[in-house]
Amino acid sequence: MEEQIIEQLKNSGLLGRSGSNFPVWKKWEAVMKASSPRKFVICNASEGEPLVEKDSFILENHLSDVVEGLKLAMQTIKATSGYIYLNSSFYQKHKQKLIDLIGDLPIELFQKPEGYLAGEETSILNAIEGKRVKPRVKPPYPIEKGLWGEPTLINNVETLYWISKIANEEYQNKRFYCIAGEAPNLGTFELLETYSIEQILKETKNYPNFPFFLQVGGGGAGEILLANELQQPIKGLASIIIFDREKTEPIALMKKWAEFLINENCDQCTPCREGIYRINEILQKTPLDKETLQEIFAVLEKTSLCPFGRTAYKPFKTTLEKLL
Amino acid sequence: MIKLTINGKIIEAEQGKTILEVAKENGIEIPSLCYHSDLTPKASCRLCLVSIKGIKNLQTSCSTLAMDGMEIETETPEIKKLRKTNLELLFAQHKEECPDCVLQYNCQLLKLAKKIGVDLSRFEDRKKDFPLIEFGPSIVFDSSKCIDCGNCIEACSQQAVNYLEIENKKGFNQITPSKTKSCIYCGQCITHCPVGAFQAKSEFEQIEEPLNNKNKVLIFQFAPSIRTSIGEEFNLEDGKIVTNQLVGAIKELGADYVFDVSVGADFTTFEEAKEMVEKLESKTPSLLMSSCCPAWVRFVEKYYPEFTKNLATTRPPHIILGGLIKTYWASKEKISPKKIFIVSVMPCVAKKYEITRKEMLFKHNGTSFAPVDYVLTTRELAYLLKKKGIDLATIKPQMADSPFGEPSGSGVIYGASGGVMESAIRTAVKILKIKNPKVDFPKVRGQEGIKISQVEVNGKTLNIAAISGTGNAKIVLDQLKQNPNLYQCIEVMACPGGCIGGGGQPLPQDKKIRQKRAQALYQIDEQKKDRTAYDNPDLQKTYKEFLKNEKIIKAICHAKYK
Repeated sequence: MEEQIIEQLKNSGLLGRSGSNFPVWKKWEAVMKASSPRKFVICNASEGEPLVEKDSFILENHLSDVVEGLKLAMQTIKATSGYIYLNSSFYQKHKQKLIDLIGDLPIELFQKPEGYLAGEETSILNAIEGKRVKPRVKPPYPIEKGLWGEPTLINNVETLYWISKIANEEYQNKRFYCIAGEAPNLGTFELLETYSIEQILKETKNYPNFPFFLQVGGGGAGEILLANELQQPIKGLASIIIFDREKTEPIALMKKWAEFLINENCDQCTPCREGIYRINEILQKTPLDKETLQEIFAVLEKTSLCPFGRTAYKPFKTTLEKLL
Repeated sequence: MIKLTINGKIIEAEQGKTILEVAKENGIEIPSLCYHSDLTPKASCRLCLVSIKGIKNLQTSCSTLAMDGMEIETETPEIKKLRKTNLELLFAQHKEECPDCVLQYNCQLLKLAKKIGVDLSRFEDRKKDFPLIEFGPSIVFDSSKCIDCGNCIEACSQQAVNYLEIENKKGFNQITPSKTKSCIYCGQCITHCPVGAFQAKSEFEQIEEPLNNKNKVLIFQFAPSIRTSIGEEFNLEDGKIVTNQLVGAIKELGADYVFDVSVGADFTTFEEAKEMVEKLESKTPSLLMSSCCPAWVRFVEKYYPEFTKNLATTRPPHIILGGLIKTYWASKEKISPKKIFIVSVMPCVAKKYEITRKEMLFKHNGTSFAPVDYVLTTRELAYLLKKKGIDLATIKPQMADSPFGEPSGSGVIYGASGGVMESAIRTAVKILKIKNPKVDFPKVRGQEGIKISQVEVNGKTLNIAAISGTGNAKIVLDQLKQNPNLYQCIEVMACPGGCIGGGGQPLPQDKKIRQKRAQALYQIDEQKKDRTAYDNPDLQKTYKEFLKNEKIIKAICHAKYK
């Protein structure tokens, strides 16, 4: 039965919906095959990316399916116990319903500490273990040494939702898209994963009738796309933020991101701690020192300790290249 | 064994080592800053980057295990460029104060800057207005030099002290002293900081102060452990024995007399052995704990006060020797004790705190005196010598002044963890008149944090432990809480490997260096005619002539901790 669900996941081609794009079956198989007496599953319901509310939508409308996905994961990998790791607003909102759905299963609700980085998967492990909330050095990966050093499967809310659909043979290669910003018809929409960004905007009646640009992949780490770049599907986090090109000052926008990142990063590694600080410093001066900015983008992308740092350069780099 | 290639070179290595360790062992230098072999890899500086064939992202070699078949490159053009940017970013948060830095002759940042060719002034110092924070009378933390690697926090946590914490200020995590916990002044933050952000208090500014006592008889006394460590500051090999060069150099500095604290250690040994014998012969068994390490004493007082009563009352060697100099020796030489200024050269920053403790004062002819007036660390003395152009490597060696005779071998091994215990046992068995007593107790030697042994004395078994690192001491104290009879005697030194790994010792230091320093001390011991403090003829003479009754012994040799 376990082999069967792995096979189903493999055939579905489901990729991690947190934006990681990692084949879900590979993680499952690795944890399933690990021979440790203790194993854990964590449902990551921390959704902390600015202006992204798709997990919020899923929890609101499909809570029982998410729990089904979690139960399935626990059965498949033979988990000792499971955790639902919720940001404080989700925790307040869904606590009672979740308790009812869980019944007497060994699943614990865990309220996420404050902070953007507390949603990063290895920070979650530290948070649950009661340690300082900061990303861990990888490898080892959570599937090898996760919670309390044991193999741990971490899946995001949306991933678990689709897994329950796959198990019931109701999966049609769709995903949830969250559209925000200067859009007439804001919200979360369920559409095919192969849709191009232009199709998504048109289908949801969000295609702007004014000059615009988009941030795709999250309000913190998403990249900037122009109107002529929308023939592609979204590979990472399915978030689209629409900006009015004439009303948006790119430098001010970058300063806002930089301030957010300075406050939210964990200050462990040099490129992220010092690099983002220097980006902000350079943004205060004219003319922009683009050469130094490019060097900082490179160390962020190639040498940061965690995925947060490795993607933090994206909005800046693409703004610099496309809007200035 | 595994086989891999680094920069095209085929290398065989043991399994379980990191790429950085394997590279180092094979003479391949990968730039690294936050790595310290005593600590877990932080992978925070992001300088030790390598590329591994078949793996998409660059990896930090300090945190990645070497695996069979890996093909590793450490110096690709991309890596070099990224490393340079990261190093420039690191420099931009580190305020260079090179003339006043503990690492000025051994700064990894500057070495790397030169090697990699970075622009030091590319960015303005982010931390230029960050404060200096003093930890009592022993340590100063210059937060403007900190690169946030967190090594100090781990070192402090390994010591089970956790005085250093992280506080978020204006979006940045900053290392800051705890408001509720107490620093024990061991100085392991100093020895594990890669950029010299920690130093002994007054490590530079007031260093010449002791030399300004022109109208006084200026006496320097140097600790057992520094004779095999200070050479490192003068580019001599690790563990080089420089006892007489040290004396020559200090004389050159202008000291009137130079004494060897190892002699004081013989007195400490004798008194502590008496305490040991007393416990041994008492009907109610109880625990005796060494007390010559001031950081350990403070650890007990702050974190395990219920054990304070178990601390030996015998004073540390330099305190006893200082007391003897200002009394016995002074009256023989017809010098008023008020005219004497004693400087202890110590491997330790906690000794700066120790001499401020009122328990260390002694009364002589109705007047209260401090046995020691000033403490310089090993590093500080080396700095002072260099400043005065005195080179230990070429100075003419001299013998220490020896009004109390030559130290025994016991007095020298005080510098290594287990040395105090071994010395006390050597003397205790003599006091008990045991025939053909053993002299060597190898089980309490070495770099292990907890060394356990048993000694048979007159049909009784003495369970002993020699411990280094207060984190290890915590483990043993917690066991003793459960089972008070587990040990009868424990020796604790707060620093790893004992005083040879002290917070005032030359930098850098790691397990290998500490091992060499310790081995050299045992080498001196082996070559001594007298290896037991009890056999030191001048010690016997001093007891006969001066330390004649309990009252005077108490005044000079003992302190009561409350």
